[in-house]
Amino acid sequence: MKEPFIRDFDPIDTFVTPWATAADAAWNGQIVLMGFLVCLSCGLVGAFIVVRRLALMGDAISHGILPGLALAFIVMQSRALLPMFFGACLAGLLCSACIEWLQRKSILKPDAALGLTFTSFFALGVLLISLHGSNAHIDPDCLLYGEIGLIPLAENLSIAGFDIGSRPLISMLAITILVILALTIFYRQLLVSSFDLTLAKTLGLRINLIHFGLMLLLALTIVSAFEAVGVILVVSMLIFPSVTAAFFFTRMPVILLCSIPLSVIYSCGGFFLARWLDCSIAGAMVVVAFLCFVCAWVIGSQGGPLQRAPHLRRVVAES
Amino acid sequence: MNAIYSNPIPSRGWCIPLVPFALGCIALFALPAHGEQIGGTNDGLLERSLRFLSLSDGSVRMVVMGTLLMGFGCGIMGGHIVTRRLSLFGDTLSHAVLPGVAVGFLWSQSKDSWAILIGATLAGFLGVALISMIRKTTRIRQDSALGLVLSGFYALGICMLTRIQKMEFGNQSGIDKYLFGQVVGLSESDLWTMLLSCALILLLSVFLYKEMLVTGFDSDFARSIGLPVELLQYLLWLLLAFSVITSLQVVGVVLVSALLVIPAATASLMTEKMDRLLFCSALLGCAAGVIGSFISFLGSHLPTGPLIVLVSAAFFLVTLLFHPRTGLLPQWLSSRGSDRRILRENTLKAAYQELEAMDFKQEIVPVSQLARRRRISMPQAYREVESLVTKKFATIHSPAGDASLSLQPVLLSLTPKGWETACRIVRNHRLWELYLTNEARYAPDHVHEDAEKIEHVLGEETVRRIERILSNPRRDPHGKLIPSQQDIDRGFVA
Repeated sequence: MKEPFIRDFDPIDTFVTPWATAADAAWNGQIVLMGFLVCLSCGLVGAFIVVRRLALMGDAISHGILPGLALAFIVMQSRALLPMFFGACLAGLLCSACIEWLQRKSILKPDAALGLTFTSFFALGVLLISLHGSNAHIDPDCLLYGEIGLIPLAENLSIAGFDIGSRPLISMLAITILVILALTIFYRQLLVSSFDLTLAKTLGLRINLIHFGLMLLLALTIVSAFEAVGVILVVSMLIFPSVTAAFFFTRMPVILLCSIPLSVIYSCGGFFLARWLDCSIAGAMVVVAFLCFVCAWVIGSQGGPLQRAPHLRRVVAES
Repeated sequence: MNAIYSNPIPSRGWCIPLVPFALGCIALFALPAHGEQIGGTNDGLLERSLRFLSLSDGSVRMVVMGTLLMGFGCGIMGGHIVTRRLSLFGDTLSHAVLPGVAVGFLWSQSKDSWAILIGATLAGFLGVALISMIRKTTRIRQDSALGLVLSGFYALGICMLTRIQKMEFGNQSGIDKYLFGQVVGLSESDLWTMLLSCALILLLSVFLYKEMLVTGFDSDFARSIGLPVELLQYLLWLLLAFSVITSLQVVGVVLVSALLVIPAATASLMTEKMDRLLFCSALLGCAAGVIGSFISFLGSHLPTGPLIVLVSAAFFLVTLLFHPRTGLLPQWLSSRGSDRRILRENTLKAAYQELEAMDFKQEIVPVSQLARRRRISMPQAYREVESLVTKKFATIHSPAGDASLSLQPVLLSLTPKGWETACRIVRNHRLWELYLTNEARYAPDHVHEDAEKIEHVLGEETVRRIERILSNPRRDPHGKLIPSQQDIDRGFVA
């Protein structure tokens, strides 16, 4: 029997079957929860990344972590969690530092410096993996688009004998809490240095330190998320929530809060879409995010075709 | 239109070296493929390299051809997009074509077809159009717009490809070669497609060279002389999409953007002329392609794509560090050299001022006074004086007749060469101060800082002109004597 490309929509199979038995519900619940956590933490960090015009820095770091992962594996000869994690974070930070150094020191255009660095890092990573890691189970497919469906298969963490759940899920939860804490504590500093660098300097804020902190946060988020959604889809989760929210709201706290409902929509919508069409879940989440973005673009109050005339009027008034 | 043709902007002479390249391509193609497959891995390195270099092997020839064409096409397109600050468009485009690949595959149900090429081109085009629409209708910035389209389209493509793989005909593997690329999997029809896209790119770069140059660097001017800027831009995107899609099969999604950006960025460090930049970039792309595939042939399990990228990155790194004009190392050396020269000149100037304070009655200056005037510590002053002595600008004497540099008060006297330099610097300084007060209407107490900087870089020619403008003055705004050329020649301003 030949299956059509787009399957018939079966509401029962899509919406009910995943939750029919307790085991199924637990399995699929973990997937949706993981998706939600990834979207939320990336969305929160991403809001600041986008206003700082570093949207593609996320892309660069997410590719740049590859040689770190590969080296950590080669040195440790195991897929131990901590070395891989640190290797990846270090490589990601190194990649962003290289980009900034090139942008400052050479006559290259900034975009060329960025494109050049992260692709070289990525090439180095792929080469290292194929040299030494043929038994590394670092699947380049998985790296590029991730496999969130395998999250429940990961080994469980247990503390003091209590089984507390799947390891990637727990680490993602920890990172999400860290991101929320860091953004709450340093909210004012981040806000000022993102929107008005001169004011931040006059206030005596340590801009380089703040920038480094944000890059560190970004690298941490990317490293813990890439396992689930792959390097490229991390980028979309960084950009989509805040850009979509910015069509409706202009205030930063509101945009940050918007990541919560948007993450719910992305993760649930993506899960059901993937269930319906039987395709990559992470990919489907981004497709949902893309659709949300297009809808927001059309109906949003802050620009977009429907609202263009007032928008233009405001621009004229401002100038 | 006529204005641009009558304008002798650049010559097209650079395309002459491309003729042998094109002929070589054709000759390689025409050779019958009779060699055996890449087989026995237990040959020595030398044997392997000979086998590669002799090109007797059919599959080797295929790989070399593929990487050459890819390096050439990506190099030239990269030159165009890097100079237009569109480097990351290549990245976006290479991801955005994915849904098109999937649709083309679904349409034709096979992996080698024109349907994939057409689908991919359309998807790439749609992506680029979406970017410019986002840019025009919203306040979203360029980098976010690129990221949105890149990841959105890529995700759509991933969904479609994973769906296809679960359908029964998707299992004939090969569709994921668009994700990672496989140089070994190149077929002859792939090569023909590559050759066609290279030929189109070459045609564009040669026959529309001036138009591309003008639209790339000054699109307003291009529009004012009546060039169809939008049309040319779409043409550029079309060819960019072609070169991206044909290269995708060799190196995969991510590394295509590397091949677009790295050779062109390297070339942009080497030259500022567009024609040379395109030529260097194409050459670097070809060289990286061939060397990368050579290394991957020598090793047994080395992937070709990453090696090609790393070879190009190595070229870039060498250029970045060692290029005579723009290299960081030569620049650092020369700036250190000029820092030292400026320091020496400042010491000499201080010595002159000390001599002047004594009305040139003496020829010797104590180092302690020099230190006081320069506002530096004694050890620092000794270091500066030592540097003067090694460059033969001055000699030192100590009162006891002992010429060693100890903490004794040491006396400095300038050699004729040192005297001349000191006079020249003081002259530059005072002339510039006078110029600023008389001609630029600066207040006399505001000119010193400016003159402190400019005195080290004024050339003889400029100084003469300033003298002429000020009609050979003798005194600066503060009433001090400006040493003239005769004074310098005579030796002392007695």
